[in-house]
Amino acid sequence: MTSQQIARTVEEVDTVVIRFAGDSGDGMQLVGDQFTSTSALMGDDVATLPDYPSEIRAPAGTIGGVSGFQVCFGTSDVFTPGDTLDYLVAMNPAALRANMPFLREGSTIIVNADAFVARNVEKAGYAANPLETGELNKYRLLSVPMVQATQEALGAAGLSAKQVDRCKNFFALGLSYWLFNRDPKQTHRWIIKKFAVKPDVLEANQRAFEAGLQYGKDGKLLDRSYATRTKATPRGAGVYRQVSGNTATAYGLLAAAKRANLPLFLGSYPITPATDIMQVLQQNKEFCNVLQAEDEIAGIGSAIGAAFGGALAATSTSGPGFSLKTEFINLAVMTELPLVIVDVQRAGPSTGLPTKTEQSDLLQALFGRHGESPLAVVSASSPRDCFDATIEASRIALKYMTPVVLLTDGYLGNGSEVWRVPELDELPVLKTHLVTNPEGFKPYSRDPETLARPWAAVGTPGLEHRIGGLEKEDGAGTISHNPANHQKMTDLRAAKIEKIAQDIPPTEVYGNPKSDVLVLGWGSTRGVIEQAVGHLNKRGVPVASAHLRHLNPLPSDLKALLKSYKYVVVPEINAGQLAYHLRGKYLVDVIQYNKVEGQPFRADEIEAKILSVLGVQA
Amino acid sequence: MTLVPSANLGLKRQDFLSNIDPKWCAGCGCYSVLRWLTGTFPTMNLPREKFAVISGIGCSSRTPYYVGTYGFHTVHGRAMTVATGLKLSRPDLSVWVMTGDGDAMSIGGNHFIHMIRRNPNIKVILFNNQIYGLTKGQASPTTAKGKKTKSTPYGSIDPPLRPLSMAIAAGATFAARVADTDGQLMADIMQQAADHKGAAFVEVLLNCVIFNDGTFSHLTEKAVKADTTVVLKDKEPLIFGNGKDRIVTIDGFRPQVEAYTPGSPLPSNALIHDVAVEDSSLAFLLSNMEHPDLPVPVGVFRKVEAVAYDDHYAPKGGDLSRVFRGSEAWVEDAAGNISPLGANAAAASAA
Repeated sequence: MTSQQIARTVEEVDTVVIRFAGDSGDGMQLVGDQFTSTSALMGDDVATLPDYPSEIRAPAGTIGGVSGFQVCFGTSDVFTPGDTLDYLVAMNPAALRANMPFLREGSTIIVNADAFVARNVEKAGYAANPLETGELNKYRLLSVPMVQATQEALGAAGLSAKQVDRCKNFFALGLSYWLFNRDPKQTHRWIIKKFAVKPDVLEANQRAFEAGLQYGKDGKLLDRSYATRTKATPRGAGVYRQVSGNTATAYGLLAAAKRANLPLFLGSYPITPATDIMQVLQQNKEFCNVLQAEDEIAGIGSAIGAAFGGALAATSTSGPGFSLKTEFINLAVMTELPLVIVDVQRAGPSTGLPTKTEQSDLLQALFGRHGESPLAVVSASSPRDCFDATIEASRIALKYMTPVVLLTDGYLGNGSEVWRVPELDELPVLKTHLVTNPEGFKPYSRDPETLARPWAAVGTPGLEHRIGGLEKEDGAGTISHNPANHQKMTDLRAAKIEKIAQDIPPTEVYGNPKSDVLVLGWGSTRGVIEQAVGHLNKRGVPVASAHLRHLNPLPSDLKALLKSYKYVVVPEINAGQLAYHLRGKYLVDVIQYNKVEGQPFRADEIEAKILSVLGVQA
Repeated sequence: MTLVPSANLGLKRQDFLSNIDPKWCAGCGCYSVLRWLTGTFPTMNLPREKFAVISGIGCSSRTPYYVGTYGFHTVHGRAMTVATGLKLSRPDLSVWVMTGDGDAMSIGGNHFIHMIRRNPNIKVILFNNQIYGLTKGQASPTTAKGKKTKSTPYGSIDPPLRPLSMAIAAGATFAARVADTDGQLMADIMQQAADHKGAAFVEVLLNCVIFNDGTFSHLTEKAVKADTTVVLKDKEPLIFGNGKDRIVTIDGFRPQVEAYTPGSPLPSNALIHDVAVEDSSLAFLLSNMEHPDLPVPVGVFRKVEAVAYDDHYAPKGGDLSRVFRGSEAWVEDAAGNISPLGANAAAASAA
């Protein structure tokens, strides 16, 4: 048999976790994006984890400059981007070294052999070339001279050595497409569109991409390739796309405004990892007003102004910006205006690890304000769930006339998955408290069901009134320094937020409810918790989990639920903030499980924790 | 949905007062601003509900409570952010900001320069009393050097900031100054600010009777003001003095005062005011003129035409589903068969 015939052998696989890693200028995010969207379009489920440094271009070849993009693709139960890597594509020694912790015995490593020269080996901190020392023996190592192969493919294109080098990511992409039998059409179209204004770059990238595919076809990489199985249960009829959490959040705001029949306003300031929300809305200016404000404070201030004028108003930020907005959040609490504050959490405190994920702003969202200042807090549990969570945050803001903090995080914001695009009329109609009738109008009268005050937007004839940060007279809304009135208003503001619990559906339990352990999560840990719980139940270890969307108020059935389990395990990417809150609220003890490495949990970590609580050997 | 005046609505100043009596100190300059602000609103032929008066924190910022329109008493220094969001979202409104020297020049300095540079159709009245009044007498960013206050018991060591210079440096398209005692000029300036398309900035030299009484008396006392101030008039020389016997001339970049015989030909180096010149150097130079070397200019420093920021904001709506689907969506049928959609499908058939 010739090598080409051998290479036609195709093995079926279920799910695969692959990570593309290289220098931050190597175009790894682009390669990962293409690989993911093609996989999604071929019917696979996908979940992604971009992992990049905060520097734009950290020194080439160093560990600090490694940029990675991980994707899990396949046809059954893709909950997360995956724990350990089945495949690592490493463009240089630093990319290999930085990702060693994510490999397991038998993982496949595809290296760009041309980059493993003495200088790069040393820069990555290796004493000797790892391709030659035998230290990679427990993995399947596939060594590919990617630069040389790219050079050969581009021979006559008349590009400089540097330009040729910059095409090697397309070679790696082509090779990966061959390896996993990905359809190259989508990427061809994308290259044509993306590089239309640079015909020489366009041609070079196309040739490099083709050369990667051909390298595989020629049997130079392996004697076989892989394909994902056809789905046993289709996703269901509908329109689908791949969506990131930040895009889904921006779309959620657009959808909420549309369903509330309100104009949308976003005031924001660039901050990693939340900036995309503002950028996506800027791209859709025909549907909303977006102000890139001079600072975080102006971002929320402008949103509050827009809310006064009758808009669905929002501001988007991350931890440091959230801190800056605090004083204005209190003004929104005092003036009882609807407002959505999106906090895409990142690792803190201070500048912390700006591109890394964390769930450590929960207590700030719940309590980080002066005075008695309750507001609603909701969270999103997956990239596509950011859409629904944003609509829910908007619904609460409008129905209860309150600021609402929506907590997502860097893992959700930058990660992406397949999303069924809903039709607008499937989405809930959001009711508002907008009023127009001057008869008997009092700015601080209360709706009996929600305790919300009426929303008299500026411009409404006959409803001219003044609001502000000073304490209000109950009903009339005029300034009041009366002690009893302050007590009453403080109580009313708290009672209004507690009323939101009446809309929260019963807490769903996943897995086996007849177990000793309930794993209680919130936010972005949902996928990994349910993967772990599902896996343990399959193994015959009964475990249950529940996930909180609403963090203030908490669901009214939560206390009873927690009391009905022998052990409650609370995994969080923080030092125990929900656990602290639950203990304070319910006097129920919980078992904390915390990690603050700037990385999401892995399912095997959660499984191990559950087993240790149960005293079962892993 | 831009700001469109109706025919004469017959509204009077009283129609723009709320039912709350002002709680400023007797003799406070704030009363004067309230008087001329509510005097200007009826001339704009907009119904009451179309006005929003937004303020920060301080004595100036109590103004919204006394005006019978929509009003918002926000947080310290940030009124301009709230006003900007409101105006961008609702270009049909007439939005006015009431602020002070501490509010706009200190804690809100950043918002001030950025609102001015963007040039939204918002009017900003800065009550400059050179002191923190509501907190009972601390030095503000405009307090004179050497001034003893509660927070500067040995005299202020900070050089004061000039609000007009700040505004002009930030690109103000309308900038003016008036003293609280000069009702006639205030009426004129408020009117011009109201008519200006874009951000209008008015500095009011305002007396705090309790904590900084008389700080501007050298500019406002009848006996001296003709000698210490000069009223700016477009396309005219800066002639001042009780006998109209002095004129501001220019030597290089340096303004100076020369004697002038009324009616005689102007000296060749006479400074001629021009509010509409694109280059802001002249306005900036005027904003730096200070007592006692030079007369302090009052009136309109700068008034140029530019696109108002809110004119860029006009969402028209459209098909949101198209946005949500983006360029890479696909359709799946119940059996899991996939076909590209929209732009994606078009590209597929073209390829």
